Amino acid sequence: MIDKARRKLIARLGAAILFGLGSAPALDALLGRAVRASTPKGPGNGGIRRGMVINLAKCTEGCTKCLEACHTEHNVPAFDNPKDEIKWIWKDGYHNVFPGQAHALAPQSIQGRDIPTLCNHCENPPCVRVCPTKATFKRPDGIVAMDFHRCIGCRFCMAGCPYGSRSFNWRDPRPFIKTVNKHYPTREKGVVEKCSFCASRVDRGLGPACVEACVSGALVFGNLNDPSSEIRRVMADNLTMQRKPELGTNPSVYYIFQGGDV
Amino acid sequence: MHDKKIVLPGLALFLALATLPFWAPSGNAGTPPESVVKPGTESCVEPVEVMRARHMQLLNEWRDSAVRDLNREYVSSTGKKFNISLTNTCLDCHSNKSEFCDRCHDYAGARPRCWGCHITPEDHQ
Amino acid sequence: MFESVFSGSRNYWLWILFLLAVISAGVASYAHQFDYGLGATGMGRDISWGLYIAQFTFLVGVAASAVMLVLPYYLHDYKAFGKIVILGEWLAVASVSMCLLFVMADMGKPSRVLNILLHPTPGSILFWDVIVLNGYLVLNLIGGWVVLEAEKARVPPPGWIKPLIYLSIPWAVSIHTVTAFLYAGLPGRHLWLTAILAPRFLASAFAAGPSLLILLSFLLKRVAGFDAGREAISKLTTIVVYAGLVNFFFVGMEFFTAYYSGIPGHQHSLHYLFFGLDGKGALVPFMWISLVLGLGGVIALLFPGNRTNDRVLQLSCLALFISLWLDKGIGLVIGGFIPSPLEHVTEYQATGTEITITLGIFATGALILTLLFKMALAVKQRTN
Ligand code: HEC
Ligand code: HEC
Ligand code: HEC
Repeated sequence: MIDKARRKLIARLGAAILFGLGSAPALDALLGRAVRASTPKGPGNGGIRRGMVINLAKCTEGCTKCLEACHTEHNVPAFDNPKDEIKWIWKDGYHNVFPGQAHALAPQSIQGRDIPTLCNHCENPPCVRVCPTKATFKRPDGIVAMDFHRCIGCRFCMAGCPYGSRSFNWRDPRPFIKTVNKHYPTREKGVVEKCSFCASRVDRGLGPACVEACVSGALVFGNLNDPSSEIRRVMADNLTMQRKPELGTNPSVYYIFQGGDV
Repeated sequence: MHDKKIVLPGLALFLALATLPFWAPSGNAGTPPESVVKPGTESCVEPVEVMRARHMQLLNEWRDSAVRDLNREYVSSTGKKFNISLTNTCLDCHSNKSEFCDRCHDYAGARPRCWGCHITPEDHQ
Repeated sequence: MFESVFSGSRNYWLWILFLLAVISAGVASYAHQFDYGLGATGMGRDISWGLYIAQFTFLVGVAASAVMLVLPYYLHDYKAFGKIVILGEWLAVASVSMCLLFVMADMGKPSRVLNILLHPTPGSILFWDVIVLNGYLVLNLIGGWVVLEAEKARVPPPGWIKPLIYLSIPWAVSIHTVTAFLYAGLPGRHLWLTAILAPRFLASAFAAGPSLLILLSFLLKRVAGFDAGREAISKLTTIVVYAGLVNFFFVGMEFFTAYYSGIPGHQHSLHYLFFGLDGKGALVPFMWISLVLGLGGVIALLFPGNRTNDRVLQLSCLALFISLWLDKGIGLVIGGFIPSPLEHVTEYQATGTEITITLGIFATGALILTLLFKMALAVKQRTN
């Protein structure tokens, strides 16, 4: 009797395990991501996937034109207290932007320099995954967007973003906006915000404000899925790097460290 | 359960208070104050009656269309095209927000919370 | 049943008055935070969750620990817990209530909180957390109330309550597991990105919650003449000891993995917490106090003689409870944000506003607990 019961139990356990194994691919399909050991991450297939290349060989040290253009365009406030800070695009050190990849023997010109950084508009964005209201979501063109009308200010996305690209309105931003651009709404206390890849401009056929403002041509914006686009040409001619590639987010922002002939 | 006397009315009171915003009268829809429009414009995005009754839904549609659906152009029932923007379209014609939107809302007891973010012509002055 | 809360001794009313005073201070501080924004707290761009979410996390554990009474009593018919199982359920109710208040206090736009249900997003763990927490609150409230009501009427509880109580057992595990998943699923936050986070949460919960219950039992004996019974206390102590041991075993495993593998990202937060990073180490003393108190408490309770000595038992439980609170109610959440994703070390300093709101919420929880315990004891002491 006992044996029979036990055998039955083992059979059931086996079935459960088989089911568990069998359901792993099902889970992947459900989560919309295939897991492979060594296939390089490429652009998605078909459709548009907007991305950016930041060519550090051309980006001028100490220049802040792109940052100013962005923050003016989007009415980003300037707080003096770092705790309250809101940043869409900003510059930080090599070791900060590329922790884990940066090393002390890199060229001196890289070690001490500042590097522009912004939302990576990941193909597999953790912020979107964790948002409980779909206030942050991925558009069909790959832009990770914010719906400020829906954000409840739980800041789960800030904990989720492995790049520190998100800011929260800890207090009323309006008194800290230098010049108000009436073509883009401000935000108010209690919501999260970040770089939008200038969705509102892109949808009207313009390029991002930072790219437009960059006089040295260090910023290239385009469709990563289009092999004939400028961005893809630049990427074909130069080795590019993504931030924290090991996390599987597949950023749409790529960096060039040594410039080729572009 | 002889504490029903306390619990049930207490519960009822709590529910009543908690749901207050949903049922409390928020003004009436009688004759609104006269509207104020920038001189020289004769028609709204949609017919006036439609606007009066449905502008909140229209704004929600505009919002979702622009923010979530990648479409920033609105084609009206008469085929006219509008740039989807609360500040630069609605408030371009209705440039006096406090005299137009606010007065009617005060009268109707509605309190849309848009202006903490959306810029009004008054903000510029 | 509820009317019993309206009659009490002078001390009872003084205690209620005291709690109401603290709650009022909390409400006033919240009014300020509501008006100014969450910038009124010590949180900022780098440390974007602080005291509130840390308390929330800790209290989910306290709430879940009710299962340590419910399971032996209802599933294994362990009679000794008969008198105190309701205390566990009420503690869960009070704790979950505090959890929900802490989440609300942390919300940037509290007026929009219903968006979680209006735009349900099953992919988000927070969505599930809201569901399981509210469900757990309801389960315990109903379970506790109906059984107490029956006890008062000296009739057996209605049959339909049993399935609900059984359901509350896995549900208790779920609330803390889901809460751990809030953290454990985030890429790039190494302190949290660990498969044993949920087990660790459960272990620390099953040590902290029963410790608190033991302390509360002694307190009730003093102030209300309610005796939980020697056997119940001793069984709870056993649970505390084992859960405490497992908890520190898990903490040790975290250290091993981080330091033996030598992966910097895995070490950073732990290093910040216990040794300091980039010359900054505001939490270092707290973490060592936590470790010493916790290990001290568990080791003391390993000796049978100490377990039957009320004084030592109380002190050990208190030490362990404080230890686990420091570990989870401060270290775990704040430490997870340090260093920032861009490897800057920003430290966290709670503000007066934030602390007052926190105390206000604790006082609210204490008030709920007081009223619920008052009701329970009124029934227990009459039927005895
Ligand atoms: C928390 C700030 C915030 C609040 C409050 C807010 N909005 Fe917006 N809204 C924005 C931002 C920012 C955009 C621009 C998004 C974009 O262009 O991609 C926007 C876009 C819109 C748009 C489309 C484009 C535009 O610029 O007008 C509409 C329509 C809109 N909102 C309507 C509303 C209405 C109606 C309310 C009040 C019920 C409201 N919003 C409240 C921040 C806000
Ligand atoms: C091209 C100019 C124009 C634009 C753009 C415009 N309106 Fe109007 N609107 C008008 C005119 C003209 C009227 C009619 C006034 C009247 O008849 O008294 C009107 C009427 C209205 C009314 C009804 C007022 C009443 O007295 O009942 C509402 C509400 C309204 N508009 C809201 C809006 C909103 C919301 C938007 C943006 C989605 C908008 N309008 C965009 C011109 C405009
Ligand atoms: C003719 C009177 C009238 C005018 C003029 C008017 N509104 Fe309204 N509006 C209302 C009423 C009434 C409501 C409330 C409807 C309800 O509660 O169902 C409302 C509601 C709204 C809402 C939704 C509020 C909410 O809480 O969801 C928005 C947004 C709004 N109005 C925007 C505007 C804007 C922008 C203007 C000016 C361009 C405007 N309205 C002009 C009468 C008016």
